[in-house]
Amino acid sequence: MSVVSTPATLKHAAGMIDDAEARRIRNDFPILSQQVNGSPLVYLDSGATSQNPLCVLEAEQEYYEQRNAAVHRGAHMLAVSATDAFENARETVAGFINAGMDEVVWTSNATEAINLIAYAFSNASVGRGGDAAARFVVGPGDELVVTEMEHHANLIPWQELAFRTGATLRYIPVDDAGALRLDEAEHIIGPRTKVVAFTHASNVLGTINPVATLVRLAREAGAAVVLDACQSVPHMGVDVKALDVDFAAFSGHKMLGPTGIGVLYGRAELLNAMPPFLTGGSMITTVTMEKAEYLPSPQRFEAGTQRISQAVALAAAVDYLRETGMDRIHAWEAELGQRLVAGLEAIDGVRVLGPAAGAERIGLAAFDVDGVHAHDVGQFLDDKGIAVRVGHHCAQPLHRRLGLVATTRASTYLYNTTDDVDAFLDAVAGVRPFFGVN
Amino acid sequence: MSAELQQLYQQIILEHAKKRNGSPLADPPPGDKSGESHMLNPTCGDEITLRAAVHNDGAATTLSAISWDGQGCSISMASASVLSDLAQGMDREELLKVVDNFRELMRSRGSIEADEEILGDAAALSGVSRYPARVKCAMLAWVALEEALLAAN
Repeated sequence: MSVVSTPATLKHAAGMIDDAEARRIRNDFPILSQQVNGSPLVYLDSGATSQNPLCVLEAEQEYYEQRNAAVHRGAHMLAVSATDAFENARETVAGFINAGMDEVVWTSNATEAINLIAYAFSNASVGRGGDAAARFVVGPGDELVVTEMEHHANLIPWQELAFRTGATLRYIPVDDAGALRLDEAEHIIGPRTKVVAFTHASNVLGTINPVATLVRLAREAGAAVVLDACQSVPHMGVDVKALDVDFAAFSGHKMLGPTGIGVLYGRAELLNAMPPFLTGGSMITTVTMEKAEYLPSPQRFEAGTQRISQAVALAAAVDYLRETGMDRIHAWEAELGQRLVAGLEAIDGVRVLGPAAGAERIGLAAFDVDGVHAHDVGQFLDDKGIAVRVGHHCAQPLHRRLGLVATTRASTYLYNTTDDVDAFLDAVAGVRPFFGVN
Repeated sequence: MSAELQQLYQQIILEHAKKRNGSPLADPPPGDKSGESHMLNPTCGDEITLRAAVHNDGAATTLSAISWDGQGCSISMASASVLSDLAQGMDREELLKVVDNFRELMRSRGSIEADEEILGDAAALSGVSRYPARVKCAMLAWVALEEALLAAN
């Protein structure tokens, strides 16, 4: 049963997305029609959070107007209807990444998803989960491997796991251009490695990392692979089986969905052997005053009342993305990304992080303006109605490695046009003159 | 260009951001008590280390030296610069009142007129109060001064 109507303009869409199509798409997003400081809003901060099409907002409202009830309990009509909507949403999201129904766990966001894995390892390491969980045990002598380009969400949970268990955290460095040092990775990932956690696409550099190479190294070492898919799942077709990762995490609000919902993908075999992270109601079979037995995945990891309306709305967002076509979205954003980089490189005093124009990147670009702090750049752009992200983008170690404290980032999505990019580039060209920097 | 943005980035602010009066850090006058504070604005990485020295002549305690090292946006750097000009030689208690006055101005969301008599060049930062996301930038040096004065006690 479908609860969401897809806009007619998007049905059976064919051919490449172009400006005309992007403008039609943009009309589906109520928030994007507003003026900011007297100029039309140019929203280039989708890497931080994306906007919602009307069908997503309607799906959430429809849920509350027609179906709202606690799921997986109660025998009344609304409880059944809410449970159906909740589990149908899971099926939709699972299908989107080619996962099984029992391989998609709802979390609050990607950060919680990664913490869930780290804490499950932690719990296994103190004996929870018994023999079945032995493969998740880490301790002194074991190594957890991340990369120098990680978002803090895929770094700090592993730091903390290392502190709790005595395991050692290691990282694959990046070179001066921000690319992963795969030559180093071959030495770093080895028999001691228990986890290899890395981002699919960098939220700062825009690079797409070589998943197959890192998965091969992890497999040879017998390590679990955790993929931060926050910047990939919203923007390109992602097949977790084809990528052959053990776990993946992504957030709903970066893919046209609401805040408050994220997804943990895990191979069913692993999830069913892993001890839980959060415990409480709805995740148990038998409870005595002394102990409890747990349900299999995904319920094992979904303690307490769930994010039902958010799951329903996220599924509506996934429907919208699928109707539009992930390959088309990826191609359009790649085009916008190239336009961003080529334009920025042509402006005096601007240094773009990551791959140069012409090299593969997703539709975002972070950059430094010589002599002007990112906060001032962002303020100047905001005055023209242009929304970008400023700061370290939750990647302080990467910025430090590249000799920077803060940068400005423009990130696109399917609703952005070349006009958006050009308005942004025009504004950036005015930054140094305005601040009196030559 | 909006009037608000021009008000935010007045020429005097941009000049102070470049001049950075009071920077770099300097040794305190011999014999005076001094304190230091390190402040960080984690959202954007603005950072300041500020040193304040006080001299007590028996009757009153005055700020005998202020110096700082820092990096950050033009608002945070200009704010440290105007504060250094303003605070130098001031009575300690008077200075703490001025800091409160500035804090009240910054939190006013544009509802308070800056008093140039009290704030000097810092009055030019009044435009910041219309940009809540930037108030922390402007306050950074002032909060560091409060902490450094406490440490110098």
